[in-house]
Amino acid sequence: MAKAAQKALGPIRRSFAPWLDPSAVPLIRFENVVKRFGDFVAVDNVSIDIHQREFFALLGPSGCGKTTLMRMLAGFEAPTSGRITLAGKDLAGVPPYRRPVNMMFQSYALFPHMTVAQNIAFGLKQDNIGKAEIETRVKEMLRLVKLEAFGARKPHQLSGGQRQRVALARSLAKRPKVLLLDEPLGALDKKLREETQFELMDLQQELGLTFMIVTHDQEEAMVVADRIAVMNHGKLVQVATPGEIYEQPNCRYVADFIGDINIFDATVTGAEVGGTRLKSAEVGADFVAAGDASAVAGTEVALAIRPEKMRISTEPPPADATNVLKGEVWDIAYLGDWTTLLVKVEGSEKIVRVSRANMTRSEARPIGWDDKVFVWFAPDAGILLAA
Amino acid sequence: MRKGLSGVNIVALTFGFAFLYLPILLLVIYSFNASQLVTVWGGFSTRWYVSLFHNEQLLEAAWVTIRVGLLSATVATVLGTLAAITLVRMGRFPGRTLFSGMVYAPLVMPEVITGLSMLLLFVAIGLDRGFITLALAHITFSMCFVAVVVQSRLISFDRSLEEAALDLGCTPFKTFFVITLPIILPAIVSGWMLAFTLSIDDLVISQFTTGPGATTLPMRIYSSVRLGVKPEINAVCTILIAIVTTGVIIASIATKRAENERMKAERAAAAGR
Repeated sequence: MAKAAQKALGPIRRSFAPWLDPSAVPLIRFENVVKRFGDFVAVDNVSIDIHQREFFALLGPSGCGKTTLMRMLAGFEAPTSGRITLAGKDLAGVPPYRRPVNMMFQSYALFPHMTVAQNIAFGLKQDNIGKAEIETRVKEMLRLVKLEAFGARKPHQLSGGQRQRVALARSLAKRPKVLLLDEPLGALDKKLREETQFELMDLQQELGLTFMIVTHDQEEAMVVADRIAVMNHGKLVQVATPGEIYEQPNCRYVADFIGDINIFDATVTGAEVGGTRLKSAEVGADFVAAGDASAVAGTEVALAIRPEKMRISTEPPPADATNVLKGEVWDIAYLGDWTTLLVKVEGSEKIVRVSRANMTRSEARPIGWDDKVFVWFAPDAGILLAA
Repeated sequence: MRKGLSGVNIVALTFGFAFLYLPILLLVIYSFNASQLVTVWGGFSTRWYVSLFHNEQLLEAAWVTIRVGLLSATVATVLGTLAAITLVRMGRFPGRTLFSGMVYAPLVMPEVITGLSMLLLFVAIGLDRGFITLALAHITFSMCFVAVVVQSRLISFDRSLEEAALDLGCTPFKTFFVITLPIILPAIVSGWMLAFTLSIDDLVISQFTTGPGATTLPMRIYSSVRLGVKPEINAVCTILIAIVTTGVIIASIATKRAENERMKAERAAAAGR
C-alpha cells in the first residue's frame, strides 16, 4: 500500500524527534497521573509528553498499569489525581463519547449484529454526517485495510487477521486526533503479526496521526514505535527511543526486560582513564567498563552486556583484549540466522549467553558442546548499572 | 471408546423414555377414542375434537389463558430485564443482596404461599379479582425467571462492545438500544417464551388470584376432571402438546441451522484468509 510513501517519508521519519526540541508543544500530556483501585495503585505518579505524529508505545508486563493509563486517555477511567491534557485542553470530566480519541480494542469489540461496513460506519453515524459522505468514507476505509470485497460480511464470517483490520478501519474512520491501540496484534500468528506491524507504521505515516500502542511484546514495541515508555508496577521506568532503550537502559529492570542480557554483580575497585575498574566475585574476574568514571571504590554495581556484543573463540584472545572469561560450552541453540551459546564460566555457576551471527553456511571449526572457550568483550560494550 | 449401545443401556433407555412419555402417549391415543368411557378403547374417532370446538366454556378459557399469557409475559420480560441489568451492571449498591434475594424469592417460594399472599394483598387493597389480578400475579412469579435468563447472558456480555460504541461517539443511552439490546435479544426472547409457558400452565396461583369471568384453561381442565375425565379433555391436552412440541422443534431446528451456518462461515473465513 505505502511502499512509495514510506520511501519518501523515510528521511522525515529519521529526523523526527520533537521530544528533543524544548520549544515543541506536546499533543498529549500526562501530568503526575495517579490511579488507585481501592488499595491497589495501578498508575503511580506518571508524567509523559506525547507529540503530534508520534508512534508511542507503552511497554510492560501484564498488570504494570499500561492499559489503565491508556483507558484514562480514552475516558473509561478517571485519574485519582493528576491531569491529562489533549491539545492543551484538560480532559477531566469529558466523557469518552466526546473525546477526539478512538481506540482499537484488544478483543476488537466488533459489533456482531452489524456487517463490516456498518461497523466502520458506526462512528460516523454518531456525528450526523450525510449518508453519501459516510458511504464514501467507509469505502475509503475498506480500501485502506484491503477489505473492499468484505463490506457485506458479518464479523463472524472473517478470519482473525481480517477482523483485526476491520477494527482498525472502524477506529480510524472518524479520523481521530489520537488512535489508541490496546494489544492490537496479540491474537495474530507470528508472520501475520510482523506484516501487520509494518502496515501499521505505513498507515501512521500516511495518515499523519498520533498513535499510542499498549503492548507486552517488546519486539513489537521496538519495531513500530518512535519512543517506548517502559512501565513496571505502575511506575514509568524509562522513556526513550527503541535504540536507547536497548543500548542504554537506565536500570537493571529495563536491561533485563528488553532483549537478552548478561548481568554481572560487581564492586568498583578504582578508576581508569575514561573508565571504571570492577571486580566481580560472582565469576572471579576483573572488568573494565568505559564511560562514567565517577563511581566511588567499593560501590556495588551491575555490569550488563548484550550477548551479541561478546566474542567467543576456542583460541586465546589477542593480548590486548579486555574483560576475558574462560569457560566451557554448556548448550548451543541454533536459530538459523543466529547461534546462541551458553557458556559456563570456569570456577563458578554463572552461565553466560553469547550469540554469533551465522555469516557463512559452513564453518571450518565450529564450536561444539563441552569445548573450552574464551569469551571477551570491549570496555565500551558493557553497560554500568546500579546494583 | 465403544460405539453403539450395550444391552444394559438399551434397557435403561427404554425404561427411561417409557417413564417419561408413556402417559403422554396414552393420553394422545385416548383422545382419538370413540368411546365415551375414558379407559375403554372403542375404535378411532375425532368426535371429541369436533365437540371441543363447540364447547364455549373451554374456548373462552383458552382465550383468557392466551391473553393473560401475552400480557404477563411481556410485562414480566420488561421488568425482569431491568432487574437483571440492575443486578449485573450497577455494581455494589446498598441493599443489593436484599434486592437480588427478593427478585429470586418466587423461584423457591411454594406456589401456595405466593398465591395466598397475593390473594390477601388484593383483598386488603380492595382490588376486584379477575383478569387484572390474574395478570399481576403471573407477572410477579414469571419475572424472576426472565431475570435469571437475561442475567446469565449479561454476565457473559463483552463490555468492550459498549466501550467501543461510547468511544465512537455514541451516548450511553443510545448505546444500550443499538448495541446491548440487540445482542442480548435472544436471551430476552427466550425469557419471554419461558414466562409465557409458565403463565399458560399455571394452576395454583391462578386459583388464588382469579375471580369470576377469568377462568384459565388449566383451571377449567382441572375442575372438569374432578367431575370425571371426559375424553374432550384428552383432546384439549393433545392440542396443547402438539403446539408445545411444534414450538420446541422449530426452535431447535432454527438454532441448529444458525449454528451450522455460523460454523460453515467460520471455516470458509479461516480457509480463505
